[in-house]
Amino acid sequence: MSTVAASGSIRRRLTLQLAAIAVLLSVAFFLIVRGVAEQAAGQTQDQILAASATSIADALRSEKGQVQLELPYSALSMLGSVSEDRVFYRVAIAGRTLTGYDDLPLPALPEATGEPVFATFDYRGEPVRSVTLSRNVSIGERPVEAVISVAQTRLFLGAIRARTSTIAAAVGLAFFAVAVSLSLWAAHSALRPLERLALSVTRRGPKDLRPLRAETPAELVPLVAALNNFMERLRASLARSEDFIAEAAHRVRTPLATLRTQAEIAYRRVERPENRAALKEMILAIDESSRSAGQLLDHAMVTFRTDHLETEQLDLGELACDTRNRLEPTAELKDIGLELELPDAPALFEGDPILLENALRNIVDNAIKYSPPDSLVRIALHICGGDYVIGVCDEGRGFGTGDLRRMTRRFSRGTNVEDIVGSGLGLTIADEVARAHGGRLELARNKGGKGACVSLVLPRP
Amino acid sequence: MRLACLATALMAIAATLAGAAHAFETEEERRFPAARPGSELRVISTADTAVFTPIILAFQAENPEVAVTYVTASSRELMKALYEEGAQFDLAISSAMDLQTKLANDGLVRNYSSEATARLPAWARWRNQVFAFTQEPAVLVLSKSAFADLPVPTTREELIRLLRDNPERFYGRIGTYDVRRSGLGYLFATQDSRNTESYWRLTEIMGRLGARLYCCSSDMISDVSSGRLALAYNVLGSYAEAQLHENENILIVEPGDYLNVMLRTALIPNTARNIEAAGKMIDFLLSLGTRPELTRKTGLPPVDPSVFDRNNAFRPIRLGPGLLVFLDRMRRETFLRSWVSSIEQ
Repeated sequence: MSTVAASGSIRRRLTLQLAAIAVLLSVAFFLIVRGVAEQAAGQTQDQILAASATSIADALRSEKGQVQLELPYSALSMLGSVSEDRVFYRVAIAGRTLTGYDDLPLPALPEATGEPVFATFDYRGEPVRSVTLSRNVSIGERPVEAVISVAQTRLFLGAIRARTSTIAAAVGLAFFAVAVSLSLWAAHSALRPLERLALSVTRRGPKDLRPLRAETPAELVPLVAALNNFMERLRASLARSEDFIAEAAHRVRTPLATLRTQAEIAYRRVERPENRAALKEMILAIDESSRSAGQLLDHAMVTFRTDHLETEQLDLGELACDTRNRLEPTAELKDIGLELELPDAPALFEGDPILLENALRNIVDNAIKYSPPDSLVRIALHICGGDYVIGVCDEGRGFGTGDLRRMTRRFSRGTNVEDIVGSGLGLTIADEVARAHGGRLELARNKGGKGACVSLVLPRP
Repeated sequence: MRLACLATALMAIAATLAGAAHAFETEEERRFPAARPGSELRVISTADTAVFTPIILAFQAENPEVAVTYVTASSRELMKALYEEGAQFDLAISSAMDLQTKLANDGLVRNYSSEATARLPAWARWRNQVFAFTQEPAVLVLSKSAFADLPVPTTREELIRLLRDNPERFYGRIGTYDVRRSGLGYLFATQDSRNTESYWRLTEIMGRLGARLYCCSSDMISDVSSGRLALAYNVLGSYAEAQLHENENILIVEPGDYLNVMLRTALIPNTARNIEAAGKMIDFLLSLGTRPELTRKTGLPPVDPSVFDRNNAFRPIRLGPGLLVFLDRMRRETFLRSWVSSIEQ
């Protein structure tokens, strides 16, 4: 089985992208809130400054040919009501300072619009915001222009900026944290159907090629459809190859039977020993070929039937007995004794009789095949805890030194059997049947001597 | 301000150096040497040396390495020293809230903040530069003998009625600040003019009754106690309280319509060199509320926000740019012109 190299993670990418969006939005939020707050604070200051300058302008009057000003208390106290900023003012008549700070700069005013002009500049070591407006005051017959300027430092603005920055930063951070956890959650929930799908595929048995029917979101439908399509094709292809093998085996077996009959006839007729030996070799080879063809057929049948078990109540003891009887002639050919050991009570089991018979036959057949002439093969049925165990032990060469678990794989054979013709399907068939019945096949080296033990373990009902 | 009767034997090293080296005029300069070698704190103040001596000694008991040079001057001379001449002082203490505010507004004051300044109520500080450490109301001081058979006025309206009804008894026996000479008198008068319409009527009546004009609270108090005056208007309550013990003839009345309260403030000028000691002194002054023995010795009532609960006429003069209004050259001229025409008839 090969592992798939992962190139990036959807979850990580989704989370990172959503987090990046959250960062952008948080920063934008922070800047906008701060900008709006600063603008509002600046406008507030401008409005208060304008109100102050207007109230000074309103207090201007002429008296005995002189411009008089009684600076209103509120003009400066209103500036002190919002903040502790420094306050400066200057009133000039025709360019000459009437009262206030002589050195407070007066920006150029547009011609007689009466609109206040705002400016920001450094004055006495601190940035100030100033408002300047002009007002015509009549001295006797002719009007003169009075210019009123009020300025205030911008501590207030700084304080508002600091406060709104803190609040906006806190809210932005909270927003970011919430957005990130939400995006983690979103990524997780978006990927859940994918995980569910992967899980339902992983959980399947090795032979389960039925189409997937899990709930599938629209985006995954093409993937699932493609997967189902692929599995359908795989199943068809598997079925085809099994059919092909069965067909081929069948077609080979019939002519082989004819060939064997002819070879036997010929064997009886010829008398020269070298010809007889050659024909004998030929008959053995034909036997082996037809046995292999039979096993291939058996395997195809087992593969088909394990998907659709046809179970019925049966006695395992009877099954073992039948098997022994059927194989006895073969064993006798090699002078091999078949011993059967059964319990007194019938061993009732719910299973597919054809498959079970096939499995047991293959095990015993294997044992006979690898046993030396004039030896014993022992078949024993035991009840062992919750299981029936049908053990088949021989006195043959055993499994050699190879990995026992490998032996049940298809076409896999022991490391010590090169001299004997075999397909490597026998134990595979037995193993598949055992699994189909919820049991297993156990291989062991014969205790206390040479030979092998193969046990078909089936759960008791 | 002279408070000669409070002078104590502690004034051993008192030295009067009247402005020989300075263009501004000082009244008195005294050095309090440190117990251990250390730094020197130069203080310019409007409060008499005698009043401040217990505070300085208590401060030095806690900070034995600080030598204190205490220079007294009028509020106007203090302003001149710092505003026009840039004289070097580490701390300026003044009762002229308007001038202290102007110093801070025009950028001649350093920032200072500490736990003690943070605890001050908002009305008792401005810009982390001007810190109030006393609250001293402007009161009426009456001569008990003059009021033997008269009701004691509790508001300005009642006072006006009383003066109008008894001109012969009060003629020439009313005292008040000459606001042209006294910065504190000017501060009280301008606040009065803001607070009530009756102020100008009161001034006019006092003018008609030949009011005597004083430079200082202490002079008014001693004239009331000697019987030369029947009443004095806008006298510093703290000074009058101090006199109560020695003089049984005076009666202190806090007007019930509103009570102007002067806040004595301290600030660190830009010219300060020993900023650390100046900060310590400010913290010490702000802790006067926790040192009743100093309050008793100096007669300076510490800042105490709980007065608002006891007396709803209590109006501390608000620190801030509003105080600059009456410092405006034109506004001052106008105000003084009105005042003079009311008081001099």
